[in-house]
Amino acid sequence: MSTDLRPDAVAATPARNPALRSRRQLPRFAPTGLFGLGVLLGAGLSAATGFSLTLTVVYGVVLGTLVLYVVARRVEGGRKAFDRLVTCLVTCAFGIAMVPLVSLVWTVLENGVRRLDGEFFNSSMLGIVGEGGGAYHAIAGTLIITLLTALISVPIGLLAAIYLVEYGTGRLKRAITFLVDVMTGIPSIVAGLFAFALFALFSGPSIRLGIMGAVALSVLMIPVVVRSSEEVLKLVPNELREASYALGVPKWRTILRVVLPTSIAGLGTAVTLAIARVVGETAPLLVTVGLVNGTNLDPFDGRMSTLPVFAFYQLTQPGVPPEPAIDRAWTAALLLIILVMALNVVARLISRFFAPKTGR
Amino acid sequence: MAKRIDVSDLDIYYGSFLAVQSVNVSIEPRSITALIGPSGCGKSTFLRSLNRMHEVIPGARVEGKVVMDGQDLYGSDVDPVDVRRQIGMVFQRPNPFPTMSIYDNVAAGLRLNAKKMRKSDLDDLVERSLRGANLWNEVKDRLNRPGSGLSGGQQQRLCIARAIAVEPDVLLMDEPCSALDPISTLAIEDLMTELKERFTIVIVTHNMQQAARVSESTGFFNLSGVGQPGRLIEFNPTEKIFSSPDEKATEDYISGRFG
Ligand SMILES: Nc1ncnc2c1ncn2[C@@H]1O[C@H](COP(=O)(O)OP(=O)(O)OP(=O)(O)O)[C@@H](O)[C@H]1O
Ligand SMILES: [Mg+2]
Repeated sequence: MSTDLRPDAVAATPARNPALRSRRQLPRFAPTGLFGLGVLLGAGLSAATGFSLTLTVVYGVVLGTLVLYVVARRVEGGRKAFDRLVTCLVTCAFGIAMVPLVSLVWTVLENGVRRLDGEFFNSSMLGIVGEGGGAYHAIAGTLIITLLTALISVPIGLLAAIYLVEYGTGRLKRAITFLVDVMTGIPSIVAGLFAFALFALFSGPSIRLGIMGAVALSVLMIPVVVRSSEEVLKLVPNELREASYALGVPKWRTILRVVLPTSIAGLGTAVTLAIARVVGETAPLLVTVGLVNGTNLDPFDGRMSTLPVFAFYQLTQPGVPPEPAIDRAWTAALLLIILVMALNVVARLISRFFAPKTGR
Repeated sequence: MAKRIDVSDLDIYYGSFLAVQSVNVSIEPRSITALIGPSGCGKSTFLRSLNRMHEVIPGARVEGKVVMDGQDLYGSDVDPVDVRRQIGMVFQRPNPFPTMSIYDNVAAGLRLNAKKMRKSDLDDLVERSLRGANLWNEVKDRLNRPGSGLSGGQQQRLCIARAIAVEPDVLLMDEPCSALDPISTLAIEDLMTELKERFTIVIVTHNMQQAARVSESTGFFNLSGVGQPGRLIEFNPTEKIFSSPDEKATEDYISGRFG
C-alpha cells in the first residue's frame, strides 16, 4: 500500500467521515452574553420584589445558568449543554469559595490600614490609655517566639521524618506515624495547657515565659513538619540512593549529601508552611506567655507580648473610649495576615530557587 | 587490581519469595562475563547480590557464599560499604544525581566519600573517566551544567564514567547499552575490552551479539515457570555457549525458540 502525502490528495477526498460531522456551535461570545442576559433578568426580578443585592446575585446566577443551558440545548445538543451547565456550576462553586476569603481580606485591610503607621511599629503600649500606642513589643515577641519554635521544631521534625523514611521499619515506625497523626489533631489549647502544666511543675502556676509559648507551639508544629517533610523525602527516587550506595557511600552520608540536597526545595517549603501554620496561634500563647504593655525581648524572663494575644486583648478589653483599641486590634490582625502571606511567598521562592535544575 | 569471584550455593530471596536458586559459578579476573536469559529470570537480582546491593531492598536477603579473593563478602565482619567500594555498578536505568553538575556527577564517588584530592588531579580524573565512557567530546564545554539535562544515552554514559572514576576492582553492568545507539554501544564495548585489562567485568545483556562479541564466559539464566525461582542453567566459555551448548534450553534460547 502506498501513502500519498501530497496535499491535493487530501483535498480531493470529499467524502467526510460521518461520525465527525461538525455540529452547530454557539458563537464565542454567546455563552457570556446569554449568562449576562439571565443575570439582567434576575436583577429585574429582584427589583420587582424590592431590590436587594444578595437576591440579585442569587436570581441572576440561577437564571443565567438556566438561560445558557436551555439555549445551548436547542442549538448545540445535550452533551454540549450539559458541559456548559457543569462549567457554570463549577465556576459558581469557585465564586462561593472566594466570597469569604475576599471579604475577610477586604475587611481586615479596610479596618487595619487606619493604624498602619510609624507609631504602630515604633512604640509599645507602655503608659498608653486611649489614642496612640503600638505593637512594637508584640511584633518583636511574635518574631522571637516563632523563631524559638522553629529552632525547636525543625530539627526534631526533620530528624523524625528522616528516621521514618530512611531507617524506620515495622512496629516502631507504624507507632510513630500513628502518634504523629494524633498529634496533628491536638487542639491548640491542649498544647498550651501541656506546656503550662510542664513548666508549672517546676515553677508554680503563676509562671509565664516566652519559652513556654515556644514549647506549646512546638507541640503543634512538630507533627506538621514531620508529616510534610516525610512526604517530600519519600519523593526522592530510590535509584539515587542506590546510585550512591553503589559508589561505596555509607548510608548516613548518602542521606546528608544526596537525599537532603535533592529534596531541599520541598523541605524548605514544608518548614515555611509549618511556621505559617503556628505563627497566628492564640490560645496556647494566651495561657503560657500572657501579655505585657512594655517591651520584653527575653523569652526566659517573664511575660511577653505576641500579635495574636495583643489583638485578642485589644478587642476584648478595649477600655474607654474603645475605638483606638479596636483599631489597634485590626492592625495587629492585618500584620498577622501579611506575615502569613509573606511566609507563603518565601515558601514559593524557596521551591523555585532550590529546585534541581534541568536543561542544558 | 582485578579480582576473582566464586559464588557457591547462592539463594536469593525477596522476603519469602525465592527469586534465584542455588547459583554456583566462578568469575575469572581480567575477563568479561556475560549473563543472558529471559526477562524476570533473576539476572539483575543475581548481579545486585554480588556487591551487596540486593540487601538495600527491605526484606531482601541472601543465603550462600560469595567469595572474592578468599574473603566471603557476606561474612559477618564485612561491611557492605567496603564491598561496594571494590565492586562498582552501573544500573539498568540511568540515574545521575539531579542536584549535581556533570563534573560533580563524575567526581561524586570521591566527593561523597569526602576524599581530598588536588583540583588538577580531580580534573584529570574527570576527563579520563568521561573519555573512557566516550562522553568527553559531547560534554567538555558544559561540565558545569546539570547532569539531568543530558539525553538518556548520554546519562547512561555519565553513570558509567561515574562508576569507573572510583576505580573499582570489579564492575557490574546491568544492561548498560539498552538505552544507547549503536555507535555509543560500540564505544562502550571497546571501553569494556579496554577495562578488562584492569577490572573484572560482569555484564547483563539481552543482546546476544553483544555477549558473543565482548565476553569470555557466558551464563544462561532461566525460569522453569511463573513463580518459580530462576536458575543458572549453564555457564561456559562464550564460544561454546554460542556454538555447541551443553543444555538444550540454552540452545533454544539463543536460537530464539521458546516454549
Ligand atoms: N524489589 C523486588 N521485590 C520483589 N520481587 C522482585 C523485586 N525485584 C525483582 N523481583 C522479582 O525477582 C525476579 C527476578 O527479577 P530481576 O529483576 O532480577 O529480573 P531480570 O532477569 O533482571 O529481568 P529483566 O531482563 O527484565 O531486567 C522477578 O520475578 C521479579 O518479579
Ligand atoms: Mg534486569
